[in-house]
Amino acid sequence: MSDIALEFDGVWKKFKQGEGHDSLRDLIPALCKKALGGNRDELDKKEFWALHDVSFQVKRGEALGIIGPNGSGKSTSLKILSGILRPNKGKMQVNGRMSALIEVGAGFHPDLTGRENIYLNGAILGMKRDEISRRLEEIIDFSGISQFIDTPVKRYSSGMYARLGFAIAAHVDPEILLVDEVLSVGDYTFQAKCIKKMEEILANGTTVIFISHNMEAVASLCNKGLLLVHGKVRSEGDPALVINDYYMVGGAWSPQSVTSGKLEITSKRITSAEGDATSIEQGDEVLVELGVVAREDCEVAPGLFLTSGGKVVFDTTYGAMHGEVLRLAKGERVDIGWRFAANLPKGVFSLGLHLEESVNHFHYYNASELVFNVRQSKKYVGDFFLDHALDVHPHFA
Amino acid sequence: MKEMIDELVKSRELLLIITWKDIKIRYKQSIMGFMWAVLMPMLIVAAGVVVKVAISFVSGKPLQLADVASISVKALPWSFFISAIRFATNSLTGNSNLITKIYFPREVFPLAAVLANLLDFAVASAALTVVLAFSGIGVSLQLLWLPFLVLMLLMFTAGTSLFLACSNLFFRDVKYLVEVFLTFAIFFTPVFYDVSTFGKWAPILLINPVGVFLEAINAVVVLHHGPDLAWLGYACGCSVVSFFVGWTIFHRLEFLFAEKI
Repeated sequence: MSDIALEFDGVWKKFKQGEGHDSLRDLIPALCKKALGGNRDELDKKEFWALHDVSFQVKRGEALGIIGPNGSGKSTSLKILSGILRPNKGKMQVNGRMSALIEVGAGFHPDLTGRENIYLNGAILGMKRDEISRRLEEIIDFSGISQFIDTPVKRYSSGMYARLGFAIAAHVDPEILLVDEVLSVGDYTFQAKCIKKMEEILANGTTVIFISHNMEAVASLCNKGLLLVHGKVRSEGDPALVINDYYMVGGAWSPQSVTSGKLEITSKRITSAEGDATSIEQGDEVLVELGVVAREDCEVAPGLFLTSGGKVVFDTTYGAMHGEVLRLAKGERVDIGWRFAANLPKGVFSLGLHLEESVNHFHYYNASELVFNVRQSKKYVGDFFLDHALDVHPHFA
Repeated sequence: MKEMIDELVKSRELLLIITWKDIKIRYKQSIMGFMWAVLMPMLIVAAGVVVKVAISFVSGKPLQLADVASISVKALPWSFFISAIRFATNSLTGNSNLITKIYFPREVFPLAAVLANLLDFAVASAALTVVLAFSGIGVSLQLLWLPFLVLMLLMFTAGTSLFLACSNLFFRDVKYLVEVFLTFAIFFTPVFYDVSTFGKWAPILLINPVGVFLEAINAVVVLHHGPDLAWLGYACGCSVVSFFVGWTIFHRLEFLFAEKI
């Protein structure tokens, strides 16, 4: 058996905009119009590609997180994978028993009780009857609504509905699990329970395709990320990097990089204590070096900033750096170095640099010189290192 | 074809559970419960008896017990046929949330609708059997035909249901056409009358396979003689063809369901 669980090979999917003809009453006049050579139906032109040459592979036991803005084709990809939709072009391959969870409780019937719905939904998700009976207690237990399990689900609150839906899906035990934005249900404790269950499912070697807008969950659960934008693959690989890219697409950073003619960047080097600067531990020292040649006489204040989750979490102001303005003569060559301890919370950060002549007048600006992932320190727990002093001396009464 | 059957065999448990759901929700929050299964055919029988009484006044021939028995025996399968078709036609569009979200063979919806109505048919038949036993209509070896006749009617119903469910998904006016058609079909199907009444025009009424099955059921249960084999052969052919053609069309178009619904 091959170790590829899922494969998407150049998949294209076309959708129509606007209303189609869903009754003979509309279709017959439309066909007559066509036959009479009248202007062709406008619907034909109103097509768009929901997926545009999308390719990716998922190996057995891997967890792929698909992220992207609304309407970028994430759910369409899942629907193609699960066989609900068929692609217009391209190939798709699935090796193994698959279960898709496109929406929690999609198959619930409001008039049936919770218990009856477990049987119905379980069967729809591909479980056998005795399998469901065997795991019934486990499912009810996980949902935490055993008190109401014999009440029709139409009387449930939306949270209870979602809890039961996830509980069933989590116990299907497929080889490949497709999950579309289902962790955003229930209260805080239930969400934590869901994430834990997902980790368990992954630990059992299940291949998981996970769609979510919860970046924290994607970063912690997945070992591979895929960013879709307007139906095209924008980036793929390390989830931390892909997530950062997603925030960049979000549009928070319109000037990605600017270089005025007055300066030229000759070299760039970013290193950390461990060598690889893309993944560092909290508190690690990072060294950033920039080689600059002045094409004309100029004055610049070097600045450094960090962004995370689409927000600037740290930036040096022009005022603060004013005292350190560099005066460069034409042809002068300097190496500018920054050194800092990554005293940061866990997560993905993007390091930016700028050389500013006056406020917001940049000779050089780049919002993502380096994207790095900060790991939990072994020396302490928490978001950042609190610089503190310990003072012990004998006490004389 | 083999792949179609394999897929259906694999999802037999799902088919049973969806059938069970259809039955369950039909009688939830209803006071009469399974009495409904008997009520519908009873109404048809009552209407038939009224028609027969009217005819007996005009023709001067008195109404016989066998006539009432014939109407009852034909009303049950007819009631099964129309309610199964009605129910199955809406089975895909009524489950659109499942069709767009989860993949499994979509055949289970119309087939479950047919099976759920088959249960009603069985309940009503049990009730009718008790009534007939007391009416002294008698039994004969011809009754052995009955399971085969019901199976053939079931196949015809299933094939038609698959086709109509799938057409209704693409064109919503199919359900109105079906509704109108089923309302008037009782006039050109031999439920209240026997085709023999029409003499040499009888074959025109037997073009409708359901008519052949009803006549055959009446023949073996009430009249105690065998069915007309030539016509039965034709009707069985229709059943088999409609079943496989209906199913194949359904299967071929299945991949479009989620998009077009």
